[in-house]
Amino acid sequence: MATLMMPNLLNFSNILPLAELEVGHHFYWHLGGLSLHGQVFLTSWFVIGILLIASVLAGRDRTMIPAGLQNFMEYVLEFIRDLAKNQLGEKEYRPWVPFIGTLFLFIFVSNWSGALLPWKVIQLPEGELAAPTGDINTTVALALLTSLAYFYAGFRKRGLGYFAKYIEPTPILLPIAILEDFTKPLSLSFRLFGNILADELVVAVLVLLVPLFVPVPVMMLGLFTSAIQALVFATLAGAYIHEALEGHGEEDH
Amino acid sequence: MDPIVSAASVLAAALAIGLAAIGPGIGQGNASGQAVAGIARQPEAEGKIRGTLLLTLAFMESLTIYGLVIALVLLFANPFA
Repeated sequence: MATLMMPNLLNFSNILPLAELEVGHHFYWHLGGLSLHGQVFLTSWFVIGILLIASVLAGRDRTMIPAGLQNFMEYVLEFIRDLAKNQLGEKEYRPWVPFIGTLFLFIFVSNWSGALLPWKVIQLPEGELAAPTGDINTTVALALLTSLAYFYAGFRKRGLGYFAKYIEPTPILLPIAILEDFTKPLSLSFRLFGNILADELVVAVLVLLVPLFVPVPVMMLGLFTSAIQALVFATLAGAYIHEALEGHGEEDH
Repeated sequence: MDPIVSAASVLAAALAIGLAAIGPGIGQGNASGQAVAGIARQPEAEGKIRGTLLLTLAFMESLTIYGLVIALVLLFANPFA
């Protein structure tokens, strides 16, 4: 695997190594026979920690008239509930709020932590800290969880009748219906991974060219697209679950 | 790495991202144009139109991103290297 040429160039011109960028280099942890990408675990734990601390702090001494953090978290919850309600409909959405909300919050905080926090200050022996969603393993795990979720939703609602959706309009489309089950997680994971990695690459390239001020608008654009990608992932997860609940034929929302 | 393979990979990466940008470019142009027309006709629906537009733009953009992922795989994690 090749490292990008930027680090050498930057070290050569002796600026702070802000734009160091190592695609395909990882900080490996060895656990039994497995090699784990340690940097992804560290940043994911950090993100999970932020979310846990925020929820615990917001849930401590609640008041009827919310203020401060409690107010903010209630706003977040309402946003997620509306998102789930829009996708799943009034009747079905409630049990899926935790799942969709977890997806949205984890991806959102991951993306923004990668864009906002100066991870590069912390040196690792190999690889670098970055947004956990910029690693294909994280996004594939999230996408497969989504697949499991919509299969579970379909089976629980309609039992074995769930399989009827594969041959529902006509059995001719059966191969395409089966293929869809594979392309859904594939496109979900690639979309998120590609967007986050592309953001980081673009920012790094611009920082390499002009280290000060000029990359700021692109970073803002990165923040924007990261937020949109979190929204898209959660929306699509909701849409897939809704499709599994309703079947192809009877769209009624 | 074999020089032929690396040359082919670089060319393929450029083609992947370049070609993948054409379709979504046209699509995004169409969608934005329609959204502007919609807002001009019905300015009070601007918020809703904008929200939907941004979401659909993200979907179209992900098609280019698939090309980008292929390009990145060819450049940084080439299976034939």
